[in-house]
Amino acid sequence: MADAVQIPDEAEVRARWGSFAFTPAVMEKAQTIIARYPAGRQASAVMGLLDLAQRQVGEETNTQGWLPVPVIEYVAAQLDMPYMRVYEVATFYTMYNMAPVGKFHVQVCGTTPCMLRGSDDVLAACKSKGLVKGGTTADGLFTLNEVECLGACANAPMVQINDDNFEDLTFDSTVALLDALAAGKPVKIGPQIDRQTSCPEGGATSLKEMATANHDYRGEWK
Amino acid sequence: MEVSLQDKDRIFTNLYGFQPWTLDAAKKRGCWDNTKKLLATGQDEIIEIIKASGLRGRGGAGFPTGMKWSFMPKAPTPERPNFLVINADESEPGSCKDREIIRHDPHRLIEGALIAGFAMRARAAYIYIRGEFIYEAKVLQAAVEEAYAAGLVGKNACKSGYDFDVFVHRGAGAYICGEETAMIESLEGKKGQPRLKPPFPAGAGLYGCPTTVNNVESIAVTPTILRRGADWFKSFGREGNAGTKLFQISGHVNTPCTVEESMSIPFKELIEKHAGGIRGGWDNLLAVIPGGSSVPLVPAAQIMDAPMDFDGLKALGSGLGTAAVIVMDKSTDIVRAISRLSYFYKHESCGQCTPCREGTGWMWRVMERLREGKADVSEIDTLFEVTKQVEGHTICALGDAAAWPIQGLIRHFRPEMERRIAEANGGQMLEAAE
Repeated sequence: MADAVQIPDEAEVRARWGSFAFTPAVMEKAQTIIARYPAGRQASAVMGLLDLAQRQVGEETNTQGWLPVPVIEYVAAQLDMPYMRVYEVATFYTMYNMAPVGKFHVQVCGTTPCMLRGSDDVLAACKSKGLVKGGTTADGLFTLNEVECLGACANAPMVQINDDNFEDLTFDSTVALLDALAAGKPVKIGPQIDRQTSCPEGGATSLKEMATANHDYRGEWK
Repeated sequence: MEVSLQDKDRIFTNLYGFQPWTLDAAKKRGCWDNTKKLLATGQDEIIEIIKASGLRGRGGAGFPTGMKWSFMPKAPTPERPNFLVINADESEPGSCKDREIIRHDPHRLIEGALIAGFAMRARAAYIYIRGEFIYEAKVLQAAVEEAYAAGLVGKNACKSGYDFDVFVHRGAGAYICGEETAMIESLEGKKGQPRLKPPFPAGAGLYGCPTTVNNVESIAVTPTILRRGADWFKSFGREGNAGTKLFQISGHVNTPCTVEESMSIPFKELIEKHAGGIRGGWDNLLAVIPGGSSVPLVPAAQIMDAPMDFDGLKALGSGLGTAAVIVMDKSTDIVRAISRLSYFYKHESCGQCTPCREGTGWMWRVMERLREGKADVSEIDTLFEVTKQVEGHTICALGDAAAWPIQGLIRHFRPEMERRIAEANGGQMLEAAE
C-alpha cells in the first residue's frame, strides 16, 4: 500500500476521461463476460470489465492503459455497483494501473527463483537503457516495474512486457530485447535461448517422441 | 525402490507444447475418448474411484481429492446449485506447472472439469486463471469454446444427459486469490480477502452455494485415472503419496525444467535425470526449497536421498507443496534468498489480519538488516518469536507461509546469520542484550 502510486490530478483527468464509454466492439466483449455469471451476479464481471476498460484507455493513448477515476465510475455504472466497491477492486489487484504507463510496460520478476537465475542482471540491463523502477522514460516508451512471481520459474529469469513473456534472459539478451522494441522491430516471445518452453535445454528427458509427432501412448497401456 | 516413470504412464504427454493444444490434436492423444462412458460410471462410483486412487490435492495442502468431493451435497436444488471452482491462480514462487497444462493440454483440464463437476453434482465450473497468464487464458478460452462447439460441455454434455457449463474467469494479480475463500470472494467481484471458516465452501461457497475448489493438476489427472483405474495411479509413489506429479525445477541446476515424474522419486535422481545435475556438482549444493516458497528450506545433506512426496518432505520439517523445487548452490546469499520471499509475502498480504499485515512488513525489514548483519544477535531470537506469533493467528495460511521460510532459515543457517552480524561488527561477537 505504501508504494501505491499517486493518482494524477482529478480535474484534468475528469476533463480528459469524463465522457469515457466502451466502443461497440468492447461493449460486446463486456456482455460476453457478464453472461458468464448468474443473473443478479453481474458484479462478478468487474475484473473483466476493468481489464477491458484499461485496454481501451491504452488503445486511445497508445500506451498500456490505466484506470482514471471517471473510467472506474463508468464500469461501476455498467454493473450497477457502488463506485467504492469497484475502486476497491481496482486498487487491490496489481494489474490495474492507477497511473499512466508507457507504450511498453516492462515487468521484471524479482522473486527468489528469478533472483537465483539472475534477475539482478535483467534489472541492470533495464537501467542501462535508461529505465527507472516505478517510472516511465521521457519518450513515453518504457515503464519499468519489479513484480512478484509471474509463474514461469523453470524459465527464469523472465520479464513480462505488455501481454508477452520473455524468458531465460541474460543482461545482453535483455538489452537486445529492449533495443528491438524501441526500434519497432519484431521480437521472439518466450525463451530467449534455444529451448522449447519449459523442456530442459538441450532436449527432452522424457516424451521424446512428442517432439516430432503427436504420439498416442494409449497403444502401450497395459 | 524402483521408480522409473515410463512415457506411456505420463498423463501430460504434450507438456512441452511440441504438438498443438487444439481439440483435434488432443483427441488423438486420448482426450475426450468416450467421456460419456466414463460419466456412466456414476457419480458416487467416480468419487469412490478417485478416493481409491489415493489422489491428494496438487495445489499444496495435499488433502485427499475424492474425500473433498464427497463433502458436496448429494441433492442440490436449482436455487442453490453446487459449483466447482478450479484454481488456476498459480502464483506460488517456484510453481509453473498449471501454466503448462493450460497452454499445452487444456482439454485434459476441461474434460476433468466435466467429470469432477458431474461427480460432485455441480452445474458449472469456474476456472480462475491468474491475470498474468494472458496467453494461457486465451488458449483456455479458445479450448472451452471448441468443447462447447463439439457438444462436449454445455447442454447434454457428451450426450450424457447432464448439463454442465465451463467458464473462464481471469484474475488480475493477487497471490492471495489462490486461497480458496479469497478466490471465491474475488469471483464474486470483491477484493480477494479470505473468509473465516466455517462455514466451509462445501457448505456455503460461491454465491453462498456449495462449492469445491480444486487445483488444475488435481482436476486434469482425473480422466486418466478413470480410464486406467485407481490401481494404476496408486502403483506410483509410496503408500499415502500416490500418483505421478509435475515437478518444477528452478534455481541452480544445469537445465531447469518442468517434468512429470513418479511421486516419491528421490531428490538426487529427479535432478540427475531431468535437470542435468547441480550447477558446479553435487558438492556445490547448499539447500533446497522443495515445495514452493511457503515451505521451509532443507539443507543439502538432508534432501539428497529424500523421497519427493508429501510424507517424505514433512519428515524433514518441510513439505511437498506444489512440488516447486527451488535449488540453491553455494554461491547463494541464503539470507537474501529468504528475505526476498519475505518481501513477496509483505507485498501479497491482503491486509485483513493485523498479525500478517504488520508482521510481514516487520519480518521483511528485520530480514533485510540481518542480510547485512546490521543487527544484534538477540534479534534472531526476537524474529523467530515474531514468526511464531504470526503463524496460526491469521484467517488464512499466508501468515504461516510468511513465517515458515524464516523459521527454516534460522533453524538451519543460524551460524551464517550470526557470522554476518559478527562481520558487520568488525569481527567481534556481541553478547546478547539482556
